[in-house]
Amino acid sequence: MNLKKTVILGAAVAGLLGSSMAIAAEQFIGLPSYRVGPYAAGGSGIFGGWIDYMQMINERDGGINGVKLAWEECETEYNNARGVECYERLKEKGETGNSVFQPLSTGITYSVLDKVAKDKIPLVTMGYGRTDAADGRVFPYVFPLITTYWSQATTMIKYIAGKEGGTDKLKGKKIALLYHDSAYGKESHAVLEKMAERYGYELTKLAVAHPGNEQQSQWLQIRQLRPDWVILWGWGVMNPTALKSAAKTGFSREKMVGVWWSGAEEDTVPAGSAAKGFTAAGYNVAGENYPVIKDIEKFVYAKGHGNMEDKGRIGSVYYNRGVVHGLITVEAIRKAQEKFGKGKALTGEQVRWGFENLDMDDKRLGELGATGFLPPLKTSCLDHEGSGKVKYQQWDGNKWNVVTDWIDADKELVRGMIEESAAAYAKEKGITPRDCSKEM
Amino acid sequence: MQFFFEVLIGGLLSGVLYALVALGFVLIYKASGVFNFAQGAMVFFAALTFVGFLEILPGWTGWEEGGRAVFWLAFVLSLAAMVVLAIATEKFVLRPLVNQPPITLFMATIGLTFLVEGIAQGIWGANVRGLNLGIADVPIEYMMDNFNILISSFDVFAAAVAAVLVAALALFFQYTRIGRALRAVADDHQAALSIGIPLRHIWVIVWAVAGFVALVAGMIWGARNGVQFALTFTALKALPVLILGGFTSVPGAIVGGLIIGASEKLAEVYVGPFVGGGIESWFPYILALGFLLFRPEGLFGEKHIDRV
Repeated sequence: MNLKKTVILGAAVAGLLGSSMAIAAEQFIGLPSYRVGPYAAGGSGIFGGWIDYMQMINERDGGINGVKLAWEECETEYNNARGVECYERLKEKGETGNSVFQPLSTGITYSVLDKVAKDKIPLVTMGYGRTDAADGRVFPYVFPLITTYWSQATTMIKYIAGKEGGTDKLKGKKIALLYHDSAYGKESHAVLEKMAERYGYELTKLAVAHPGNEQQSQWLQIRQLRPDWVILWGWGVMNPTALKSAAKTGFSREKMVGVWWSGAEEDTVPAGSAAKGFTAAGYNVAGENYPVIKDIEKFVYAKGHGNMEDKGRIGSVYYNRGVVHGLITVEAIRKAQEKFGKGKALTGEQVRWGFENLDMDDKRLGELGATGFLPPLKTSCLDHEGSGKVKYQQWDGNKWNVVTDWIDADKELVRGMIEESAAAYAKEKGITPRDCSKEM
Repeated sequence: MQFFFEVLIGGLLSGVLYALVALGFVLIYKASGVFNFAQGAMVFFAALTFVGFLEILPGWTGWEEGGRAVFWLAFVLSLAAMVVLAIATEKFVLRPLVNQPPITLFMATIGLTFLVEGIAQGIWGANVRGLNLGIADVPIEYMMDNFNILISSFDVFAAAVAAVLVAALALFFQYTRIGRALRAVADDHQAALSIGIPLRHIWVIVWAVAGFVALVAGMIWGARNGVQFALTFTALKALPVLILGGFTSVPGAIVGGLIIGASEKLAEVYVGPFVGGGIESWFPYILALGFLLFRPEGLFGEKHIDRV
């Protein structure tokens, strides 16, 4: 073989290898999951749904424009130190590093908040985390997507007002807030107090010490107070305990409204019949009758590749929440590919752009098989929340049923508070907010 | 005044439930001088095993789901699982550490905690389950109608179960050969061995009895709040009870439980509003620390006198 032939053959082999490497491009997503420990029930459902969605994209579509999704789980046990360890362990993985970090824990979110901007990895916190991070000017790498606790609190009052016959009927009503005695539980206080000033209802706050498996004294106080409504801002065992205690004290579950971390099967099933009639917020709904879920069953479970050991949990609130995580993550990567090159594995910085330019209107949700499954979402440099809409579901003793359409947050109130809080944070940390008019 | 009594009685009944968990600690401490950090994990393991068997037994046996036969078979199998756990603990954790300082044994039980929690979730999964013991958690009508005081029938049932258990254990320790052997081992391992008491058997028995107590506690707490990981936190409620009642006294556990239960509820209602509420998690510890200043060995604990 002469030199010329060798060079040509070598070039051909190199070309083939190169093309096969291009075909094998993978987008790496690190999953800081928790499948053991105190919150394993929620973690296994959410991460299971999320992984199933990504598996479905690989099986059905061959990835995103040919880029297969690759992932690795790292067990955090919902522990901050382990969460940070997972963040560090995952950030360099994959050919372009970790694309996104979504810890499903407010504590871990706070622990890595300062790191993500430095490492240029988007931190996505759907339905938890730091509310004022919705101001993308101050928090370019943080995305409290869909809706925040503050938005949710305003929809709760809107829901209650709807039941009472209008916001003018709220005057003089008594609303008790039964909350987990933690930063999470206190997150709603300022918003509910501001709304109390505006609408004239009387707000009584009752703290429940962690973990919340004892609520006798709080419910005896509620029995004395005789509120018109109880808002349950609970977490974990606090939720079924509250529902059972409400039944014990004779407080109607129909007059209880829960936060979205109170509104899963894991919260109602342990309470048995005591949970019947309880209503809770959700930024996703329960149910299997959505094309996106049917596709997961068809392309993933029918081939024996499903992540859930208990298939009965498919369509549950937490499972579907995981699907929403997958859906939005994939959409952000797809969006970013439109700008930075289809068929390429992207860096975290590029994926961040995708998260900041999401536009999932009803039409797009329809194409994704998720109409009504989650609210329409449109993010921008200014707005990293993107929606603020919430639906309410009621437990009928066996399953959750949607009882409202998407309820809009009181944007005017919430946005003002977000900007005020973000500006204070920027001042404290010496951050110069981005000029969004210069972003594209 | 009616509200005060309502809070007081509710607190006393809650206190009995704390005592139920504290009993498991007392049993093991009495017999081996080991503070069993894994007691909360054992409660979780026992309850999860019980509901796990409730779920799978109808499929295995063809018996009616939720029927008595399934219930009792699940109970017996769960008890057997706790005995197996006791044997394994003695063989793999305690036996290699005989005559080691108490702190070594304590550290070993911390390791055991993670192992038991992991095994429980590994076998039965992490799903939260409901548990219905057939006792309604509703107010007793007579008390409501005549005194307007809310007392849960379930709490009264749980208190009765705990009372029977305490009485049975007290009799067991006082009047049986095994009970005497247990107390001898608790006093001095080596002296007990020298007079022919089989230390290993005694440890297996006491861990198995603690497992039985954990099963009962797990069933009651599980029926109350669901069978989930949070059952391990019940141990946190038992700690101040133990400090107060003494680590070696069965009646101390029950009296300590009553004091802690009643005082934390009264404090939450009458003091809580002035300090932002949610004081139930730390108030019992403050109270227990206060007691420690005056009675370091607890209300019923054995006074430890050393010859100098």
